[in-house]
Amino acid sequence: MRDRLIFAGQLLFTICVAAFLVVPVILSISAGVTVNYFRGIASGVTLQWVAQVFNLYYDTILLSFLIAFATLLVTLAVGVPAAYALHTRGGRLSRLIEECITLPIAIPGLAIALALLLTYGGFRGFRASWLFILTGHVIFTMPFMVRSVMAVFATVDVKTLDEGAASLGASPARRFLEVIVPNAAPGILAGALMVVTLSLGEFNLTWMLHTPLTKTLPIGLADSYASMRLEVASAYTLIFFIMIIPLLVAMQMLADQGARQ
Amino acid sequence: MSHRSFVWLCLLPLAVVTAAFFLLPMARLVVVGAGGPQGLAGYLAILTEPRFRATLINTVVLSAATTIVTLVVATIAGMFLQRHRFPGRTVLIAMLTFPLAFPGVVVGFLMILLAGRQGLIGDISSHMFGEKIVFAYSIYGLFLGYLYFSIPRVILTIMAAVQKLDVGLEEAARSLGASPWAVQRDVVLPALAPAFVASGAIAFATAMGAFGTAFTLATNIDVLPMLIYTEFTLAANFATSAALSVGLGIIAWAILALARSLSGSAVAAAG
Repeated sequence: MRDRLIFAGQLLFTICVAAFLVVPVILSISAGVTVNYFRGIASGVTLQWVAQVFNLYYDTILLSFLIAFATLLVTLAVGVPAAYALHTRGGRLSRLIEECITLPIAIPGLAIALALLLTYGGFRGFRASWLFILTGHVIFTMPFMVRSVMAVFATVDVKTLDEGAASLGASPARRFLEVIVPNAAPGILAGALMVVTLSLGEFNLTWMLHTPLTKTLPIGLADSYASMRLEVASAYTLIFFIMIIPLLVAMQMLADQGARQ
Repeated sequence: MSHRSFVWLCLLPLAVVTAAFFLLPMARLVVVGAGGPQGLAGYLAILTEPRFRATLINTVVLSAATTIVTLVVATIAGMFLQRHRFPGRTVLIAMLTFPLAFPGVVVGFLMILLAGRQGLIGDISSHMFGEKIVFAYSIYGLFLGYLYFSIPRVILTIMAAVQKLDVGLEEAARSLGASPWAVQRDVVLPALAPAFVASGAIAFATAMGAFGTAFTLATNIDVLPMLIYTEFTLAANFATSAALSVGLGIIAWAILALARSLSGSAVAAAG
């Protein structure tokens, strides 16, 4: 009896916590498709707000995708070889470098953005282009790519594979591309999903680095929260959810697959 | 090309990118922070200037409260979900973890829908008591937003830690006559300590530096990131904002570094 009561109490508590997380999302989704949120869903269901968001903010959605994929390309091209090098080299210097590139996780985005502004804000062309935002996103997401790939190297015996291929006469570059990269694929995929998700939702850095002509989706969101009616802001949030949730599901599936193996 | 030089070549792009767009700017930030009228003493302003000190205390208290409440909530829910199998469990876990990647701005907006002027809590309270409760735009709204932000992360860590617990120890304690509460207090909770330290530190550091939620809720909530933002954009006070962000960065980094060394040694001791 007592155990049943404890179980019921814990279940109720957990359901309340889940409700706290889910109810606002449901409110947001319903507000985004309601004709008049103040009068409630009885006023009718509509896609007019979603259409209005596309008209007003389609450029922010495009720019967010552009920056997310550019960030992904840079973190792949720079991060994957670096993870391999850091793993193979080992030693104090490698740990120091790893520590250094991990710092942007700990240091608030606001501080990094200020640092970038104070250093490169004077280069007008660079400051005004989307490449300025790209720089911030690359610094912020790089540790996730590097660590994700290094985590795979810790479980796969890269050294033996590498030496085996070397004994067959393969050049270092060819070994890297044809032996190391395929073996690191799960880590690269996990890192890539993480990088794209983080870049699409990044606000702290981006708010400081953006210009009126380089607004990303989260910047547009903040803009709509401040100046648009609740239905439009909700519809915009709905579009963001639709973009981000497939990535989250893919990440979860990948993690489950890893846990089973 | 030798293997050795190939490895160096692999490392080169990362070294260049990090040096040019992270280390150099951070060094510049530190220099600018000391470039105000007070010079190096500008760094002490965060402690000596009453307004800055009040904001710092405010931010630390808010972050600490967020961390403690998140840990309690996540431990109860996480332990329950990991220890019991029942229909609907996976749905519940999915509901508790999917807000993981919501940015702070979105969390702020969700809190407005919950506790804002047209919010759910206000609607319910005005129906029930005839009075509209609205608190989204205050420090309580920010607190609720930070809870929303940190609960999914901490629950995941706690669940993973509970899964690794040795059930045999609990059975041994029970067979020796310990009450369920004594087992929780003396066996389970100490074994989870490293997970508490690690996930608590992340929650604390995130709450210290979070900007998006506060920005969406109100521009006049007194927390450190908002202060830095207003000093930089509205007052154009570059030296002060640089000094404050260096201070904020050091606090966040130190908390995480401390937690890592603490939980690392605790894990080693337990093993």
